[in-house]
Amino acid sequence: MTAYLLRRLLYAVPILIGVNLLTFALFFLVNTPDDMARLHLGVKRVTPEAVQKWKAERGYDKPLLFNAGAAGLAKVSDTIFFRHSLAMFAFRFGASDDGRDIAGEIKTRMWPSLAIALPTFVIGLAVDISVALILLFFRRTYVEWTGVVALVAMMSVSSLFYIIGGQYLFAKVWQLAPISGYQDGFNAARFVWLPILIGVVGGIGAGARWYRTLFLEEAGKDYVRTARAKGLSEARVLFRHILKNGMVPILTGAVAVFPLLFMGSLIMESFFGIPGLGSYTIDAINAQDFAIVRAMVFLGAVLYIAGLILTDVSYTLVDPRVRLR
Amino acid sequence: MRPVFFCLLVFVLSACSGPMNDPYPKSEDGKAILYSAFDEPPKHLDPARSYASNEVVYLAQIYEPPLQYHYFKRPYELIPLTASALPRPVYVDADGRPLGADAPAERIAESVYEIHIRPGIYFQPHAAFAGKRELTAADYVYEVKRLAHPGLHSPIFGLMSDYIVGLRELGTELERAAKTSRGWLDMRRYPLAGAQVVDRYTYRIRVKGKYPQFVYWLAMAFFAPMPWEVDAWASRPEAVADNRTLDTWPVGTGPYMMTEHRYNRRIRLARNPNFRGEAYPDAGAAGDAAAGLLADAGKTMPFIDEAVYTKESESIPYWNKFLQGWYDSSGIGSDNFDQAVRVGAGGESELTPAMRAKGIALKTSVATTSFYTGFNMLDPVVGGLDERHRKLRQALAIAVDIEEYIAIFANGRGIPAQGPLPPGLFGYRDGAAGINPVVYDWVAGKPRRKPIAEARRLLAEAGYPDGRDAATGKPLVLNLDTMARGPDDKARLDWLRKQFRKLDIELVVRGTDYNRFQDKMREGTEQIFEWGWNADYPDPENFLFLLYGPNRKVGAGGENATNYVNPEFDRLFVQMKDMDNGPARQAVIDRMVAMLRQDSPWLFGFHPKDYVLHHAWLKNVKPNQMANNGLKYRRIDVAARATARKAWNRPHWAGPVLAVLVLAVALVPAWLAYRKRQEARAR
Repeated sequence: MTAYLLRRLLYAVPILIGVNLLTFALFFLVNTPDDMARLHLGVKRVTPEAVQKWKAERGYDKPLLFNAGAAGLAKVSDTIFFRHSLAMFAFRFGASDDGRDIAGEIKTRMWPSLAIALPTFVIGLAVDISVALILLFFRRTYVEWTGVVALVAMMSVSSLFYIIGGQYLFAKVWQLAPISGYQDGFNAARFVWLPILIGVVGGIGAGARWYRTLFLEEAGKDYVRTARAKGLSEARVLFRHILKNGMVPILTGAVAVFPLLFMGSLIMESFFGIPGLGSYTIDAINAQDFAIVRAMVFLGAVLYIAGLILTDVSYTLVDPRVRLR
Repeated sequence: MRPVFFCLLVFVLSACSGPMNDPYPKSEDGKAILYSAFDEPPKHLDPARSYASNEVVYLAQIYEPPLQYHYFKRPYELIPLTASALPRPVYVDADGRPLGADAPAERIAESVYEIHIRPGIYFQPHAAFAGKRELTAADYVYEVKRLAHPGLHSPIFGLMSDYIVGLRELGTELERAAKTSRGWLDMRRYPLAGAQVVDRYTYRIRVKGKYPQFVYWLAMAFFAPMPWEVDAWASRPEAVADNRTLDTWPVGTGPYMMTEHRYNRRIRLARNPNFRGEAYPDAGAAGDAAAGLLADAGKTMPFIDEAVYTKESESIPYWNKFLQGWYDSSGIGSDNFDQAVRVGAGGESELTPAMRAKGIALKTSVATTSFYTGFNMLDPVVGGLDERHRKLRQALAIAVDIEEYIAIFANGRGIPAQGPLPPGLFGYRDGAAGINPVVYDWVAGKPRRKPIAEARRLLAEAGYPDGRDAATGKPLVLNLDTMARGPDDKARLDWLRKQFRKLDIELVVRGTDYNRFQDKMREGTEQIFEWGWNADYPDPENFLFLLYGPNRKVGAGGENATNYVNPEFDRLFVQMKDMDNGPARQAVIDRMVAMLRQDSPWLFGFHPKDYVLHHAWLKNVKPNQMANNGLKYRRIDVAARATARKAWNRPHWAGPVLAVLVLAVALVPAWLAYRKRQEARAR
C-alpha cells in the first residue's frame, strides 16, 4: 500500500502544476497586472507611476510565463508564474495583494467554515440515510410515492432558495435565530444552527434519493430475500442487513468529500455573514486578489486529491477483497 | 458528548434570556453602542493612502486634520478642528515679498498657510507612547512628508507635488533612501521646504501660486497628524506580521479609537479616553432647531461609547436586521424602496405606514455627485466642437428623458442635472436662471424638456435627417461602452436604446468588463459612456476641472474623461480656480457652464438623492455630504432601543411546532399500514 500511496502522491505533482497553470491562465486572461493595480489603488487620481510602483513591489512587473530578456534559467524563473506559484508547493501562501498573511487568514477562517460544514455533513449524512431507509421501510405505500416526488422537487430547487427561504421563515417570521452574524466559541451555536439546518434540508433531495437507490439495489439481493424468508421483521432486515452492506459506497463517498469541508460554502457563508474560507474566496475573486485566489484553488486541489487517496484507502478498510498495489 | 451538551445548554440559556435572534453578545446589552455594517472591507486605513468613502467612515472618527466642516450649517462651511482658527494664506511674490490679499494670481509665487493648533490635545493610548502623548505641530508636518513616501502610493502625491513646495523633490529623495535602507523611513530626517514646524504648536505650509482650494484639503485625513513613534512602531516586522500596520490600525487624537479590527468581519471603535471633549454645536441651518437637532447644544461630545461595524455581504439580511432593530440606521435598496417609501401626489417622499409605526425616520439630501453620459470628444462621429457635432449631441441631450429615468430606475431619488455643478456648491444656480436652455424651457415656474421635434430639427441640421446620414443615406449607429452587463441592467439599457430610437438612431450597447472599459477610456476608443464624479470638497473647481483640457484622459491620464478641450473654457477655468467666491467668480462660472451646455460634451444626467432611514432612538442625524466625522454628534436612547428590540423580536413557536405536528400526523397512516402488513398472515 505504501508504494501505491507514494505513486499517487507523485501523480499529484503534475496535477497540481496543471491546476496552478490553469488558474494562472484563467485569472490573467481577464485581469492584467495593471488592472489589479488600479483596483487596489482606487480610481481617483491614480497616476501611471503609482501603478508601475505597485506592480514592481509585488513582482507583477515581470513577464507572465517566459522572460525573453533574462539569461539561462531566469528565463523561466524570473516570471510572475514562477515567483508567485511555485512557493505553493511548500505551502507557503505568502501575502495577499493588500499585504495580509494568507496562511494566517486560512488558519483563522477554517474554524467558522468547519463549524458549519462539519455538522452539516455529519447530520446531513445521518438524515439522508434515515430518509432513504424510511422510504424503503414504507415501500409501496403513499409515503414512498409522495416521498420520492418530494425528493425530486427538493433537489430541483436552487440552494439559494433554501437559504433565503430559511432566513425568511426562521429568522424573520419566527425570529428563532439571528439572520446573519457570527461569534466565536460556544456562542457560535446560536448562529450556525440555522445554516446547518438549511444545509441539511437543502441536501436531503439529492442525498436521500441517491442512498435510496443504493439501498434498493441491496434490497434486491439474495441475502435479503433469505433474511425475509427466515421471518425477520422488515425493520431488522433494513437496519441490520441492508444498511450494513449499503454503507460501503456511502462511507467511501463520504471520505472523498471530507477534506473539502475545510473550504467552506461560498453562498451560505456570504448570506449568513460567516467569516469562513468560502466568503474569503468570494471576496478575493471580487477584489481581483490573485494571491488569495491561487492559494485557495491550490488548497482545494490538494484537499480534493487527498480525499481521493483517502477513498482508496478506505476501500481497503471496509472491503477486505480490495488490495492497493 | 460533553461539548455537545454544553453547546446545547448555552444555546437554550441564551434563548431564554432574551430575543433568540439577537446577533450581539449579552455583554453589550444596555450599552450606548451604535451598530452599523459594511459590505466591502476598507482597503486602506493609512491617512496618506485612504481615498475611498467606505474608509473615511472610520478614519474621520479617529484622525483629526486641522479643519472640519460645520456639521449643520449649509452651504458647507469650514471651521477649526484642532486648529485655533481658520488659516488665512499670506501671498508672496517671486522675491518672497508679501502681497495683499487681493493681489492678482499671476503675481503670487507662493501662498503661505500658517496653522496654529490648540495645546492640550492628546493622542489615544498606544504601545508606541511612553505616557500621554500631546499633539504637536511636528506631527502634522510628519504626515505631509508621508504623502511623498514611495511605499505608500498616496493618491494625492501627484496633485500635491504640483502645489506643496519641495514635495516632488522629497519623493525622489525618499525613493533613493528606500532603495538603500530597509524598514522604517524616519521622515524627521528629511526636510521639506513646503512644510515646516514654526514652534511646538504652529506649522507652515508653502503652496505654489494661488490655490484657494487648499484649505479644503486641510479638512481631509491626508493632512491629519502622524506621530513618528507610531510610524516607527507600526513599521516593525512584528507589527507587519501581526497586521498592525498603519494601514490596518489607525492611531489618532479623535473622539474614537480602533479597538478591534477583524479583517472583513468586524471593526469596533471605542471612546478615546484621552479625547479632550468637544461642545455640541449651538447653531445650525434654518429648521435645525425646530427639528430638535440642537437639543444637545453645548453638551460635551461624543455621546456614544462604541461603534461596531459588521460585514454584511448581502442586502437582504442587512435590511431585515435593521427592521428588527439590530442596526440603528440603513440606506434603502431598490428592492426595499416600495416597502419603506411612497411618493406622494406632489412628488414628495414619505415613509410607509409600516415604517412610521416603528418610529423610523427618513432623511434625504442631494448628493454632491453628478452622473452623466459622456461623449468622447475625440470620436469622429460624436466628438468635435464644430456645429455639426455639437448639434448632434444637443439633439441627444433633448431626446434622453432624464426625468423619466429618475422616476423609473432611481425611484425618484434624484434631480435632473442642468449642468456639471450639483446643488450646495458655490456657482450652482437654482430656478429659471439655472436651467440648461439647450434642453429645457422655463414654463409655469419649472423647467420643461423641449419637445422631441426640436431634437429632430437639431439632428437634421447636424446632417442626420430622420437618423440617416444625409451624405451616404446610411442610418446613424452609435455605440455605448458600458460595464453594465448584468440582468438588472437590461431594462435600463433597453430604455436608453428607446430614447435614441426617438430620433431613429440605433444605439449599440458594447458591454465590457471593468478592466477592458478602463482600457478603452485610457486609449480613447470608446464613443459614448456613463460616468460620475463625487465631490472631494465643496468648490466648483472640483467639478469643472473634469472638463479642463490639460486634464484630459487620453495622453494626459487626467480626470477629463470626455477629452473635452475648449481653449476659452480652459482660460476661464484657470481664472476661476484662483478666485474667491463672489459675484465675479459666479459670472465666470456662469460663462463656463453656458459654454458646456452649448458644447454638450456631457449629456447631463442627475444628482442623486441620498435616503437614509434611522430608528427613533438614534438622535442628531442630519445628512452631511462633506463631513464624515458625524459619529461624535450621534446619541442613542439606549432604554428606548432595548424596549423596542424586545417587543419586535419575540420568538414565534406556533409555526415550527405546527410543521412538526403535520409531518408526524402524515406518517401515522403509513405506520399503521406497515403494522398491518407486518402482522398479516400469508394466504
